[in-house]
Amino acid sequence: MITFIVRRLLLIPVVVFGCILLVFAVMQLLSPAQRLSLYIDNPNELRQISRNLDVMIHRYGLDRPVYEQFASWVGQVFRGDLGWSESAARPVSGAFRRFFPVSAELALWSALPIVMGGILLGSASAVRHNKLFDHAMRFFAITGWSLPTFVAGLLALFLFYGILQWFPPGQIGITAAAMMRSADFTSYTGIITLDAVLNWNWYVFADALRHLVLPVFVLSLVSWAMLLRITRASMLETLRQDYVTTARSKGLSERVVIKKHARRNALIAPITVAGITVAFLFNGLVITETIFDFHGLGRWAARAAQTFDLPALLGYLLFNGVLIVMANLIVDILYAKIDPRVRLG
Amino acid sequence: MKRRKRQYRTIKKFFRNPLGVIGLFLLVFFVVLAILAPVLAPPAWQDEPYRIPRDGFSPTPKPPNEEHPFGTTEGQYDIYYGIIWGTRSAWVVSLIVVGCSAVIGIILGSIAAFYGGWLDEVIMRITDIFYAFPFLVGAMVLTTILGRGLDNVMIALIALGWMGYARLIRGDILQIREAEYVLAARAAGAGSFRLLTRHIWPNAIWPVVVQGTMGMGSIVITAAALSFLGVGAPMGYADWGQLISFSRNWVIGFQGNPLAYWYVVVYPSIAITLFCLSWNLVGDALRDILDPRLRGVM
Repeated sequence: MITFIVRRLLLIPVVVFGCILLVFAVMQLLSPAQRLSLYIDNPNELRQISRNLDVMIHRYGLDRPVYEQFASWVGQVFRGDLGWSESAARPVSGAFRRFFPVSAELALWSALPIVMGGILLGSASAVRHNKLFDHAMRFFAITGWSLPTFVAGLLALFLFYGILQWFPPGQIGITAAAMMRSADFTSYTGIITLDAVLNWNWYVFADALRHLVLPVFVLSLVSWAMLLRITRASMLETLRQDYVTTARSKGLSERVVIKKHARRNALIAPITVAGITVAFLFNGLVITETIFDFHGLGRWAARAAQTFDLPALLGYLLFNGVLIVMANLIVDILYAKIDPRVRLG
Repeated sequence: MKRRKRQYRTIKKFFRNPLGVIGLFLLVFFVVLAILAPVLAPPAWQDEPYRIPRDGFSPTPKPPNEEHPFGTTEGQYDIYYGIIWGTRSAWVVSLIVVGCSAVIGIILGSIAAFYGGWLDEVIMRITDIFYAFPFLVGAMVLTTILGRGLDNVMIALIALGWMGYARLIRGDILQIREAEYVLAARAAGAGSFRLLTRHIWPNAIWPVVVQGTMGMGSIVITAAALSFLGVGAPMGYADWGQLISFSRNWVIGFQGNPLAYWYVVVYPSIAITLFCLSWNLVGDALRDILDPRLRGVM
């Protein structure tokens, strides 16, 4: 087990280095003036680029050989120095600190429907194989899988805001926003629901939750559909195994057979796709935050793409890459812990 | 003779799956739409058929009428025209992107599996690195840097979409490589190239075909998402994602009539969802037949 973890850990720097190299290679597609904007984190200096281009190119070493540029850029990345984001009007690292809590709140709340809904409904669907419930779940899953996130988002707004007026877009209502600005509300984390609980302010909590319902639903739809189908298939496979029949013949109740014997083993398959789920969440954040007007990382990235804000885009890409590599590492270790065939084979 | 019989059986099995047949019919419908586009919606500019004609420049969408059967978007782009010619764009983008990614993936995956050793290690680590970037986010950054336009969208999607095929075919070849008929062919003196093309690929290719069918839908979704975010197809280009992005400010009507602009959302949404759904239904049915182990997954 330990050799397996060590071997996986040793691969991490290789892959992360590869990610950095890939982003640097993409940077080489840009003109020197555009590349300069990735090095400068002072807006005043940034505006002078066109006036004294040659001086700046020399100052930031863009006239040196490529491998030297790469070395100095890697140094910058590790210092967290990624330039100035025009669309956020602050340095890239500062923008991350500001936007991260908003996206984290969305992603954390989405974990609930994805994991609970996907796994419980998936195994329930397998238990009722070929019954009406199973067919309904399969239908919902393939529809959720085929529905583009932006279509789902717009339709959800159309239905639940336009017609029913239940859930408004935006992150928080006016009254709650005023409460949050008042002196007796301290922002500890930037995650509104968590801050509201810490401040014991249930009005803000309820309001934030109301604004979270639609985006969380839309964000979790794709991952939920995938997880449901994988859990269902894996559960079907497990229910056919001999040891499940043995458990039944021992006279155990059906509930115990399914919960204690079958579902535990069927859960191995969904864990393997947890890394993909993280990637889906990042993709979904860009669209969901844009539609529902959440000022988080995804909306910042979308704005950056529209306004050609390169430092923000490349910084966001690197951030995604590192996080997904980490997620995959955790998945691999979990998987090896549950299933001994992986680390021995 | 034997092979033809097997193919016939596969086709028969496919037609026994009602959902797969529905998907296939929808796909035929979309093919017909794409082929008949010049008849169904005669282009306003003969040399630029993908440019959606405009009827004035008013920012408010107009409901369906005689002249514009599906209404117009903001900026008075004709929705009917955009959907018909957008079908062609969807086919072009999905076929080219899936085709090129599959070819790149098959070549790299086969090299990795067939030669093994350090070459395998290097190629698989490269796939790991490409896998670290989320598809949509990566494509968004790459398209922004390459510049707006459908050709650049396709380049970005291919650059970030080949890894799945490489991993899949590598795994299949690793299994098949030691099969007896391959060893027999090798013993009979078949060279690497002949082994690959005559004996290994015909048996290892089916999971890739299934993956490709499922990929068609997701490619169209991602390309449309890029247009929706404003970095994909150029302004006024017939593309479903573009039509949906025009609808963004008009999802909710005005006070008292929230449904006022339903047509700007509903028509393009139906087109894109049906296209993806039909590919997924066909892919699901194909997987049931070609890869019984995976029945019901995805």
